[in-house]
Amino acid sequence: MTDNLILLLQNPSFALDVVLNGLLAGAIFALAAYGMSLVWGVLNIVNIVQGELVVLGGYITFVTIGAGVPALVALPLSALVMFGVGFALYYTVIFRVIDKDLFISILATFGLSIVIQQLMNTVFGSDVRSIDTGLGSFYMLDGAVTVAWIKIVACALALVSGLALWTFLRYARLGQAIRATAQNPRAAHILGIDTSRVYAITYGLNGALCGAAGSLAVMAWTIHPYIGLPYTVRSFMIVVVAGLGNVGGVVAAGLSLGALENVAGFVFGAEYQIAFVFALMVLILVWRNWRAARRRTYLA
Amino acid sequence: MKWRVGVLAVLAGFALTGSAFADDAATIRLGAAVSLSGKYSTNGVFTRNGYDLAVARINESGGVKVGDKTYKLEIVYYDDESTPARGAQLAERLIQQDKVQYLLGPYSSGLVEAMAPVTEKYGVPMVEANGAAISLFRKGYKYLFAVLSTTDQYLKGAVDLAGKQSADPSKLKIAMAFENDPFSQDVREGVTEDAKRFGMKIVVDDKLPPELNDMSATLTKVKLLKPDILIVSGHEKGAETAIRQISDQRVNVPMLAMTHCDSAQIAEKHGKIAEYTLCAAQWAPSLGYSDKLFGKASDYAALYEKTYKEAAPYQAAESSAAVQVFADAFTRAGSLDPKAVRDALSATNIQTFYGPIHFDETGKNVDKPTILFQVQDGKYVVVYPEKWAEAKLRTPTPSWDKR
Repeated sequence: MTDNLILLLQNPSFALDVVLNGLLAGAIFALAAYGMSLVWGVLNIVNIVQGELVVLGGYITFVTIGAGVPALVALPLSALVMFGVGFALYYTVIFRVIDKDLFISILATFGLSIVIQQLMNTVFGSDVRSIDTGLGSFYMLDGAVTVAWIKIVACALALVSGLALWTFLRYARLGQAIRATAQNPRAAHILGIDTSRVYAITYGLNGALCGAAGSLAVMAWTIHPYIGLPYTVRSFMIVVVAGLGNVGGVVAAGLSLGALENVAGFVFGAEYQIAFVFALMVLILVWRNWRAARRRTYLA
Repeated sequence: MKWRVGVLAVLAGFALTGSAFADDAATIRLGAAVSLSGKYSTNGVFTRNGYDLAVARINESGGVKVGDKTYKLEIVYYDDESTPARGAQLAERLIQQDKVQYLLGPYSSGLVEAMAPVTEKYGVPMVEANGAAISLFRKGYKYLFAVLSTTDQYLKGAVDLAGKQSADPSKLKIAMAFENDPFSQDVREGVTEDAKRFGMKIVVDDKLPPELNDMSATLTKVKLLKPDILIVSGHEKGAETAIRQISDQRVNVPMLAMTHCDSAQIAEKHGKIAEYTLCAAQWAPSLGYSDKLFGKASDYAALYEKTYKEAAPYQAAESSAAVQVFADAFTRAGSLDPKAVRDALSATNIQTFYGPIHFDETGKNVDKPTILFQVQDGKYVVVYPEKWAEAKLRTPTPSWDKR
């Protein structure tokens, strides 16, 4: 462990490689986390099915690119289809659990995740899938730093979608309706906002974000029907760190999680990479709790 | 209420026909729980195809002679849903309810591990073809037999090849990335042993978590430490991830060896970037083995392709061989008593299209070597062991700026 750390400190160009690859991976996590933050904030549901929506988005891209659609079209297409899937999921399952307690909605979305996993396994098979975009890699410093172009594209797209989402929520009528519903659904309803429709659109929007994230995941890495959970866990963690309704926070938390995770993988060995994510989450929860407790004392 | 009566009647009907089959003296019933759904479903179907092909072929050519009677073979299948708990339940059910006295194995070591205690408890012999973990054969099971080579053998060939190529093997550096699951860790054990034998130095030894699809941190370490051999094992997802990211990150290693690259179809899917990769495998249609039932290995492959409209995977070939082993044991035992069949199984010593099969006292096949393919011009070509090599090993792998 210490020799790995020394290795990293002695070779700053390789350290840059580790951090950069992590940062770019974090961008895709952030994209899925926007969606989770939105659903959590507006519908008050912890969406355990998040990861499966990401993987489903990946499969849609895999199928459409396989049918000859260019990658740049496949990504928005995947987002669009997943918007529909999210919308349909809302009107079949989610609306039934929306004002129940948190436990019920966690259970319902967990159940959904199993159903979607098995459906994907039946329809697409259990094979590992990925798409080679043929973009190649960007490299510098004598090959010490190498980053696949697709990851750079993914990061840029994630940042652009973040900005678009923020603008939409801030300035568009519908975005304002979403924020109003998040703040006080009853008041929003009284003032003429069709809250049920707002919920459906929010969940659809989440689907679209997951669709885009999945589309990038299948191009940058690999997917199979059972890889959803790590995306759910990371989204959850990013939202816990960033807080609700904070798009900038989600970007920052997503990128730093990606980078930290990769550095941890290098220093402690790959077997502790995921363990590190969980350990970090516990630390952050303890820290938040401690900070909240202090604030309460101060107010009293 | 009415439909319930109907369902009950239908169920009763099934039960009756079921017992009618059981009384049919001219068939021997084998039981199998294979993964037809869940994460192993692709390989589970290969397993079933292999079993079915052998049963059909044996029945066509007259059946199995036991004493002075001839029997047809028949298999009772269940879907174990790729979960070990379900597999154990189904083994119990096959033995207790369906009264099956001989089992064919499931797909994967994990499932075999779950089912073996059950077959052991009831004294039912199980011949399996898709559970290679060496740990299975260290538990003292008496009724478990495996036709395939165990996991520790998988990548020994790569270390051996590298050792023989080099003037001073003790100067070689090895980097290893193995998934943290029983299969890959067994492969690791074999590699470590051989590396020690040559005095090679292990510079990277990472365990990849099962849910990981990004190994860039490990690969950066490989880039930095410049080993002579990189060995990766993590089922299909490990092979796929490694091939992608090694080219993405332009990692230069003179030799890259892994498992599952043929089932992950790296040459078909990735073309040029998969070139030079060494792949461990149990069997290939080009090997020179043959038997009376299927003919040559290549004949088996042709028959499989004709029947199932896809190239014959080794998972199917070894499954077919397991059925052949049972047929041979029935004949030699001259009786259908499970104990006698078990003793006949342990004395198995036959040649099949899949390779020689001879069990040691723990039940694993010690006669068949594993082979290594190399991806050459988009094809999987056998390069190891030398006896079966179709082409010379292309080594060392050129660096990425020259490819």
